[in-house]
Amino acid sequence: MNPVLKLLMETGGQLGIPEMARVLGLTEDQVKAEIEELKRQGILLGWRPVFNFSRGEDGMVRAVIEVRITPERGGGFDRLAERIAKFDEVESCYLMSGGYDLLVFVSGESLHKVAAFVSEKLATIEGVLSTSTHFLLRTYKEQGFLVSPQGEAKTRLDVSP
Amino acid sequence: MDWSKYIARHVINLPRSGIRDFFELVARMDGVISLGIGEPDFDTPWHICEAAIYGLEKGRTHYTSNLGMIELRRAISRYVERQFGISYNPDNEILVTVGVSEALDLAFRALVNPGDKVMYHQPCYVSYHPSILLTHGVPVPVPTYASDNFALTVRGLEEAWEPGAKILVLNMPCNPTGGTCTREQLEQIARFCIEKDLIVISDEIYAELTYEGTHVSIASLPGMRDRTIFLHGLSKAFAMTGWRIGYACAPAPLIEAMMKVHQYAMMCAPVLSQEAALEALTNGQDSVLRMREQYMRRRDFIVRRFKEIGLQCHLPRGTFYTFPNVSVTGLTERDFAVRLLQEERVAVVPGTAFGSGGAGFVRACFATGYEQLIEACDRIERFVQKLSSSKNSVRSE
Repeated sequence: MNPVLKLLMETGGQLGIPEMARVLGLTEDQVKAEIEELKRQGILLGWRPVFNFSRGEDGMVRAVIEVRITPERGGGFDRLAERIAKFDEVESCYLMSGGYDLLVFVSGESLHKVAAFVSEKLATIEGVLSTSTHFLLRTYKEQGFLVSPQGEAKTRLDVSP
Repeated sequence: MDWSKYIARHVINLPRSGIRDFFELVARMDGVISLGIGEPDFDTPWHICEAAIYGLEKGRTHYTSNLGMIELRRAISRYVERQFGISYNPDNEILVTVGVSEALDLAFRALVNPGDKVMYHQPCYVSYHPSILLTHGVPVPVPTYASDNFALTVRGLEEAWEPGAKILVLNMPCNPTGGTCTREQLEQIARFCIEKDLIVISDEIYAELTYEGTHVSIASLPGMRDRTIFLHGLSKAFAMTGWRIGYACAPAPLIEAMMKVHQYAMMCAPVLSQEAALEALTNGQDSVLRMREQYMRRRDFIVRRFKEIGLQCHLPRGTFYTFPNVSVTGLTERDFAVRLLQEERVAVVPGTAFGSGGAGFVRACFATGYEQLIEACDRIERFVQKLSSSKNSVRSE
């Protein structure tokens, strides 16, 4: 596997390009070129900070929606899934095995706005058979980060044999 | 009161650990980046901790067999067979101990008569020399050299050998040097041990953290299983230092002798740590491989940086330590370490803490985060540049 990709997977993109270059013994331009190549291949989509919204002033409401849709001859689920994925409210959208077809993560500023999105936009799309919406109540882990990490106090000795 | 009157003479005469001295110096300072640590920076993988919690829920709070839980000994037997190709009977050839440290102490106490000569390569882990002294043995150090990548060579053994030598302690991969032995080197050592009738105590705690070639245990070589006490543990590979679990594998009469000491001194290893170890050996291999790959990347970075800085540093073939030579700076290893700490707030351990063969070297551990490693190397670079510019200005005066 490409060393830049391995380091990104290990550090979650927390090292900047200069630091990555130093760790890997490459020039910054080489690291940038590798990153561009990963983007071009569609392996690296991008990166963004991970927030714990329950700690912010304005709470963010998030919901996960199970959606059943009608597959289409030729395209299967793709056309409808891609159409749903394009809404700004949709954070993630996956085709699933099991009792429903799409699992859609949505977020909005209020319960009302999320509910309105589901009932007015999502459920009304031709081909959507049913939706089942579950609101997220509390976050314990987000994208690999523990929301209330324990043991933050330093426990390793400074020098040991 | 004259306390020394009451304390045993051989304990009074035991030298103080160089690591402890240095630890006390570091503990008084703020803002230190420590490369002086001898343990993984990873926490124990959660599935292993969770197994210990489940052990508590199941009410596993009692003594276990002196040898350790039979399920754990079976898991150790399978693991050692798979990883090292040596087969031990879980019923009477495996003893679970409180870390490899206890296993090492048991091996010495079971084998050493007062005055017996014990060979060990040096620089080495801090406890070999004092542990030999505590059992009234006679330490016979065998020097290893940077020019051999700190591998133990049969040439070195032949030079250091003394009539009456009984035991050879091996620690490959080696703390502090990161040295390992190739299969060919080990085969030569094995022939030497058979010829000189030496028992080998092989501390292979860093075996999984081998980056160059594959780790070979001396116990797996022809004729060696019967004269080797194979010591291993979970501290390093599974990031379980605080759990204190190690084990010894050897022919039944040797394990029986060690067990005699263990049953009176320790009774058994803590049961919850044994539960955790069982989970680690059964399901922990993926975590080991992931951590190993990350250590290797850090190793390559720090060795490259030492070279850029102008410090000679051989490539450690195993462990998470580098052992650069700092004599180019004109300082002794101790002055280098103390001044680096005082002037740039980076802690490394002076090589002489690991025996006189460490003179001119320091141990720098790379089991720490990238940001700290990058910053520590920058600080070391600044320190070395400052030293060399002041040296040059002295010369030109």
